[in-house]
Amino acid sequence: MIAEAGHYALVLALGLALIQSVVPMLGARWGDVALMNVARSTALAQLLFVGASFTALVMLHVTSDFSVVNVFENSHSMKPLIYKITGVWGNHEGSMLLWVSILALFGGLVAAFGNNLPLTLRAHVLAVQAWIASAFYFFILLTSNPFLRIANPPIEGRDLNPVLQDVGLAVHPPMLYLGYVGFSISFSFAVAALIEGRIDAAWARWVRPWTLLAWIFLTLGIAMGSYWAYYELGWGGWWFWDPVENASLMPWLAGTALLHSAVVMEKRNALRVWTILLSILTFSLSLLGTFLVRSGVLTSVHAFATDPARGVFILLILCLFIGGSLSLYAARATSLKQGGLFAPISREGALVLNNLFLTTACATVFIGTLYPLALEVLTGDKISVGAPFFNLTFAPLFVPLMIAVPFGPSLAWKRGDLLGAAQRLTAAGILALIAIAVLWAWTRGGSSFAPLAIGLAVFVVAGALTDLAERIGLFRLPFGTSVQRARGLPRAAWGTAFAHAGVGIALIGIVCETTWNSEYIGTLKPGDIAKVAGYELKLDDIGQRQGPNFREMVARFTVGRDGNTLSVMTPSKRNFTTRGASTTEAALLTRGASQLYISLGDIAADGGIAVRIYHKPMVLLIWFGPVLMAFGGLLSLSDRRLRVGAPKPAKAARALQAAE
Amino acid sequence: MTRKQRRLVMIGGSLAVLAVAAALVLNALRDSIVFFSTPSMVAEKHIAAGKRFRLGGLVQPGSLKRGDNLAVTFEVADGSAALPVAYKGILPDLFREGQGVVAEGALDQSGVFRADTVLAKHDETYMPKEVADALKKQGHWKDDYGKPSASAETQQVKGVMR
Repeated sequence: MIAEAGHYALVLALGLALIQSVVPMLGARWGDVALMNVARSTALAQLLFVGASFTALVMLHVTSDFSVVNVFENSHSMKPLIYKITGVWGNHEGSMLLWVSILALFGGLVAAFGNNLPLTLRAHVLAVQAWIASAFYFFILLTSNPFLRIANPPIEGRDLNPVLQDVGLAVHPPMLYLGYVGFSISFSFAVAALIEGRIDAAWARWVRPWTLLAWIFLTLGIAMGSYWAYYELGWGGWWFWDPVENASLMPWLAGTALLHSAVVMEKRNALRVWTILLSILTFSLSLLGTFLVRSGVLTSVHAFATDPARGVFILLILCLFIGGSLSLYAARATSLKQGGLFAPISREGALVLNNLFLTTACATVFIGTLYPLALEVLTGDKISVGAPFFNLTFAPLFVPLMIAVPFGPSLAWKRGDLLGAAQRLTAAGILALIAIAVLWAWTRGGSSFAPLAIGLAVFVVAGALTDLAERIGLFRLPFGTSVQRARGLPRAAWGTAFAHAGVGIALIGIVCETTWNSEYIGTLKPGDIAKVAGYELKLDDIGQRQGPNFREMVARFTVGRDGNTLSVMTPSKRNFTTRGASTTEAALLTRGASQLYISLGDIAADGGIAVRIYHKPMVLLIWFGPVLMAFGGLLSLSDRRLRVGAPKPAKAARALQAAE
Repeated sequence: MTRKQRRLVMIGGSLAVLAVAAALVLNALRDSIVFFSTPSMVAEKHIAAGKRFRLGGLVQPGSLKRGDNLAVTFEVADGSAALPVAYKGILPDLFREGQGVVAEGALDQSGVFRADTVLAKHDETYMPKEVADALKKQGHWKDDYGKPSASAETQQVKGVMR
């Protein structure tokens, strides 16, 4: 009964989306306010029905109703409750349902909070949003219905892929989808602007918070996914340049560029046509990511099922939306009035440079990801493009970008003074040089690349702090005045500083981890001691334990340093009986920002166990950086300027009344 | 600066960055991509020693030998040819004799494939996609190798020798 209700709710949502696709467009054309307002009601009702449909699927999973194919294939009655819930999106059908739920959520948010938008713009935005939604509802209902029943219900399910039975699944996909799908709003705004043939600084002011929101979630989602892979896959890697990861990195790079170009558009009313193009490209890359992951052209941990029909369907959606929006862009972009020009050395100029490097870096990732697919189709050769390719292309493009990052905020709008900016950044530069010199002396004979890279990162962090110090007049004015100024500083300025510093901090983590990572791989018997980076790890014993739906072999290690016992680590290897699969559960010991990492291999005939032990210096900074970036984004989002939106007298009066 | 000059600076700068990026990409595509081969393709193509590639096929039953200090040797076969592989490190959870495997590394002078990475990147039918495609092409595919499964399961495990 629940399954049928969920299915029915989804069909109703499709019906509403179809209405929302057409009626508001007609209303906008005819200038009919009532028809335009239909979009608001349908968007909210759509959210309600998709929400109901999603809840139905969650309930089916929680109650282990194995008469539903989706539950049978991905659940098990003995599975802990949290994995029963997260398992809803740990499979293709459920994750697509989560995708449309989030799409409906964003549509609903625009409908609910878009009161200060011009009526026609809101109608157009919601209509475009409904086109996307309709396409994906069709996709789910026709090719991946999660509510299908089995004629003869089995007693027990086939369990969820063990690798996915982790809290990571509770956080990573929803975060990532909030990011991916959130960019649909800027896409819809861009298409709406093209349809209306009108765009101004106010447009950028409306688009920016939505883009920022999506960007925050995408940043956190990617970082979370990376940390999950790091501890779950058992060999300590945190980024593989796997096509699926690249699929999430590309929208992030384009979205970061969009975030910055929208600032130029809002402040200076320039770069309009480019911002529109970026909005379209960012969401197109999100769709491409969905295609790469869901079509099964790539096999990876994310490809839950491979079914050619689904691939073709998503490819069609992809062509329709990317092709359609780009054609519309080609036809209409020239009719949008060009914004003003500006000097190359200026804040705008720096942001253009940022956009240039980010989009170029994004293009190299795009080529590296799709070239193997294209080559296989054209010549039949199978190749793999891995880390070496990206280290040779992506990294060199990021270096000039990182050097430019501190200069951006210290240049003035319109016409900047590069020399003045350089003078203001002298302290940061000196700090970076000291860092390079110290590290060079410390690691004499080691790689000369690492100290330089860390110096660059220090420059970025120090540059971000310098900018704040300059703005509040730290050391220049009395301390009290500085504090007062710091209070009065727009939150967006704080946000910029935090986000930029986050980039530098992540870079420090990345360089330290890749350069000074030490590891031990070998066979240990109980009582043996392994030495890694000054730590002594003694294998005490190996035992067996029974979990809810798995058996595990647990090894106990006592960790010591200089004769003192620090802690006990218990890595394990789990064997999931239903699927006959095993997973490696690494044990982590955090010391400051560094971590010790143990993962187990097989037991040898003589009773020894193969172990991999890593010491990863500063590894946590890799994920702390993105968290800082997201926090910066959040600060920026809370800026009064964005919260209030474009002020309109009539609106202000209404808000006052509501307050009474 | 006039409008025209400003525009020229912008366009010139963009073109310069794009040219650098294109050069980087072409250079990297020449040097750092890795081809996929099966043992019979290795025999046909005479791949030079030291050239990195990915070897895919089935682990020959009975060929797995474990040596000291996590050294292992096994043979990878594709029905018409077999190639000895040497590896040092922890084999992935899903590594089994008679099942598919993909290893990355290079041939040494004696014709042994020195793998530095062994991937067991496949679904629960233990068959990597590349290996399945190659076997099908060579006509060595048996239907019981890869039963269609509703859900795929992948594990990528990598051992790195230093």
